[in-house]
Amino acid sequence: MRGADALMQALENEGVDHVFGIPGGANLPTYDALVDANLRHIQARHEQAAGHAAEGYAHASGRTGVAFGTSGPGATNLVTAIADAMMDSIPTVFITGQVRSELIGTDGFQEADIVGITLPIVKHSALVTEASQIPEYIHDAFHIASTGRPGPVLVDIPSDLIREEISYTPPTGPVELPGYRPILEGNQKQIRLAAKALANSRRPVIYTGGGVIRGNASTELREFCDADRFPVTSTLMGLGAVPADDGNWLGMLGMHGTRAANYAMDEADLIVAIGARFDDRITGKLSEFAPNAKFIHIDIDPAEISKNVPAHIPIVGDAKQILPKLTGEYKALQTDSARLDSWWTKIRSWQEEYPLTYEPGSDGEVKPQFMIETLHKVTGGDAYVTSDVGQHQMWVAQYYGFNKPRRWINSGGLGTMGFGLPSAIGAKVACPGEEVVCVAGDGSLIMNVQELATAVSEDIPVKVFLMNNGFMGMVRQWQELFWDGRYSGVENGSSPDWVRLAEAFGAKGLRCDDSADLEEMMRATLEHDGTALLDVRVSPRENCYPMIPAGNAARDMVG
Amino acid sequence: MGNAEMVRLEDLSTDRSLTGRKHVLSILVENRPGVLSRVAGLFSRRGFNIDTLAVGPTDDPEVSRITLTLDGAVHPIDQVTKQLHKLVNVLKIRDMDPETTVARELALFKVSAAVENRAEIVQFAEIFRAKIVDVSKRALIIEVTGSHEKILAFENMVRPHGLLELVRTGEVALARGE
Ligand SMILES: Cc1cc2nc3c(=O)[nH]c(=O)nc-3n(C[C@H](O)[C@H](O)[C@H](O)COP(=O)(O)OP(=O)(O)OC[C@H]3O[C@@H](n4cnc5c(N)ncnc54)[C@H](O)[C@@H]3O)c2cc1C
Ligand SMILES: Cc1ncc(C[n+]2csc(CCOP(=O)(O)OP(=O)(O)O)c2C)c(N)n1
Ligand SMILES: [Mg+2]
Repeated sequence: MRGADALMQALENEGVDHVFGIPGGANLPTYDALVDANLRHIQARHEQAAGHAAEGYAHASGRTGVAFGTSGPGATNLVTAIADAMMDSIPTVFITGQVRSELIGTDGFQEADIVGITLPIVKHSALVTEASQIPEYIHDAFHIASTGRPGPVLVDIPSDLIREEISYTPPTGPVELPGYRPILEGNQKQIRLAAKALANSRRPVIYTGGGVIRGNASTELREFCDADRFPVTSTLMGLGAVPADDGNWLGMLGMHGTRAANYAMDEADLIVAIGARFDDRITGKLSEFAPNAKFIHIDIDPAEISKNVPAHIPIVGDAKQILPKLTGEYKALQTDSARLDSWWTKIRSWQEEYPLTYEPGSDGEVKPQFMIETLHKVTGGDAYVTSDVGQHQMWVAQYYGFNKPRRWINSGGLGTMGFGLPSAIGAKVACPGEEVVCVAGDGSLIMNVQELATAVSEDIPVKVFLMNNGFMGMVRQWQELFWDGRYSGVENGSSPDWVRLAEAFGAKGLRCDDSADLEEMMRATLEHDGTALLDVRVSPRENCYPMIPAGNAARDMVG
Repeated sequence: MGNAEMVRLEDLSTDRSLTGRKHVLSILVENRPGVLSRVAGLFSRRGFNIDTLAVGPTDDPEVSRITLTLDGAVHPIDQVTKQLHKLVNVLKIRDMDPETTVARELALFKVSAAVENRAEIVQFAEIFRAKIVDVSKRALIIEVTGSHEKILAFENMVRPHGLLELVRTGEVALARGE
């Protein structure tokens, strides 16, 4: 068979059922083989979007997302999605066509050194140099992308090699790579030490992150928090692992987190970080971050431990395997739950004094926070929600109240505007029976709005709730607060007419500019049989609070 | 609080930080295209500065060795090795202990050697057990092998006499014993 047919078989054997992409000269053989393959190809309208769709698919399902691009511009268009998947640890495999082997290095037509370009933003990559390597590299790619700390793997295949005749035998056992052996179990002595430290802590905080979601460890996390009354907070990437209505839940932490969560970190004597990487949106000013705390750090990637904040008790491994052991060790100790009473009293007083609030709108003004609360209401808090990047993203994080893992799909590390719509398409493909909604920003949506065509023509019904404030809101907020209101490059103007734009793509377009109609309009959008976009005109100059100004400490929260 | 009392939070400490000395890392990598750029790229992306770098084959044709030196006063070596380990083509990393390591570097010095100071330079070379590998009318090329420090010392000796050019291989190292 041809290399391309072997590629399809290898994908099928990896359990791939959907791929996202766009064809071109260098990957024509791949697209030819797709015709007979037992998997569905979803034709995106931009390779970046194909990449984000693959990410959305992976976010929602936990399975590896796959995107195809041709050589040159097809491959370079994938770069943003690859970087995004790297930053947020999303299991993805990118397969690019490359010019014929003999043309490599000659500046051939549509040649781009995509392996070289993406070196710093992939978990791993490989350029195929012999046709017989194709199946092996593909199986390696899936193994590397999906195990350990997940991430993007790129396989670049020259167009002559993928046409060559090769033989394919499915792998008989798991992939073995001498230089790649993720550590999963966690050192038992360290786990015991951690349990003992916890038992002696009077002001503990559990700080969790995207690793708990990626590692499917939400149940294990909840059991751990319930082992005693451990207060728990999470990063943007870990929302939903602990239900927002859980009694131990403090809300999100960090720049736009709750005061209760940030103050608790500030006063904690022991912080247990689980699958979280001490990003600067969390630590703010490093020298003043959690000044009284000792740190237990559980992470599958040894390099994350003590990277930004030195750990007192490092535990390398998979949260899913480590947490039950930690819970067990803790329960085996004689602990005194009452020691946490005064800590909880303090936390409760913060929660009461500083709840998330906003000034309600008058005269039908739709407040952005109200928009998200209403979305929660009409979806029963149970939708898969994707977002773009900006204020609307933070308001979803604060006000949607995620109760289950994998429901919250956004771009945290790279902060990629235009992520929302294509990732919603990917999520809907992964979970066709679920409600998938995209909360979009008006600045962001237009960056990948062409994907409405994908949603309509591929019959992947997603619902776009556009939080239209007419601004690059998050940047406008920074200019208002930190640059003396000298606005520059943040006005989006009145173009496009979103309703007509949606209609032009064959989707349903609706508009809402009165809070009294919002709930009904949202329901109508959800009930529409097909892709729909609701353009919600929200308060144009609302700021997202509370906020720790960049580089400041938790105590300096404003708003 | 029973047996938990053995651990007091006050007693917990961290052990990261800078070692303050030079480190020689011996890295075994798969001999595949692009591996060196992966390693070099990692260093530049993470802002780690390499002092010297040497690459060559090993007794196994599928494996190459990269030997590099870096300053543990500026870089947390622990973080450097952990990041290196994440490269799939990196097989093994050894942070060579200076006590039990034989490290050598080779350098070629082109020194201007007019007739009047030629004898003195030859004498330096002898003291350093260096070899004169080329002689021309106005210059000598001298080969020096040894530790980083020895080469530096030789450089300081010959510099006043007119050092024309200098090339160094970067250190290579092996652990003593089996
Ligand atoms: C506009 C904007 C504002 C933002 N504001 C905030 C904010 O206020 N608060 C906030 O929290 N974030 C905020 N972010 C996001 C922020 O930039 C980071 O993306 C985020 O904080 C990182 O989350 P994380 O630490 O959970 O790490 P992730 O990037 O999710 O990394 C996951 C970690 O878990 C580890 N891991 C993976 N799998 C496992 C496993 N099985 N077991 C154990 N460990 C595992 C990985 O090695 C990694 O260290 C904002 C982003 C944007 C764009
Ligand atoms: C691709 C990209 N370009 C620029 C930015 C910088 N940026 C961050 S938020 C933002 C504004 C987003 O505007 P919008 O989508 O309307 O969201 P809002 O903040 O108004 O809710 C910009 C420009 C980015 N994150 N990504
Ligand atoms: Mg906006």
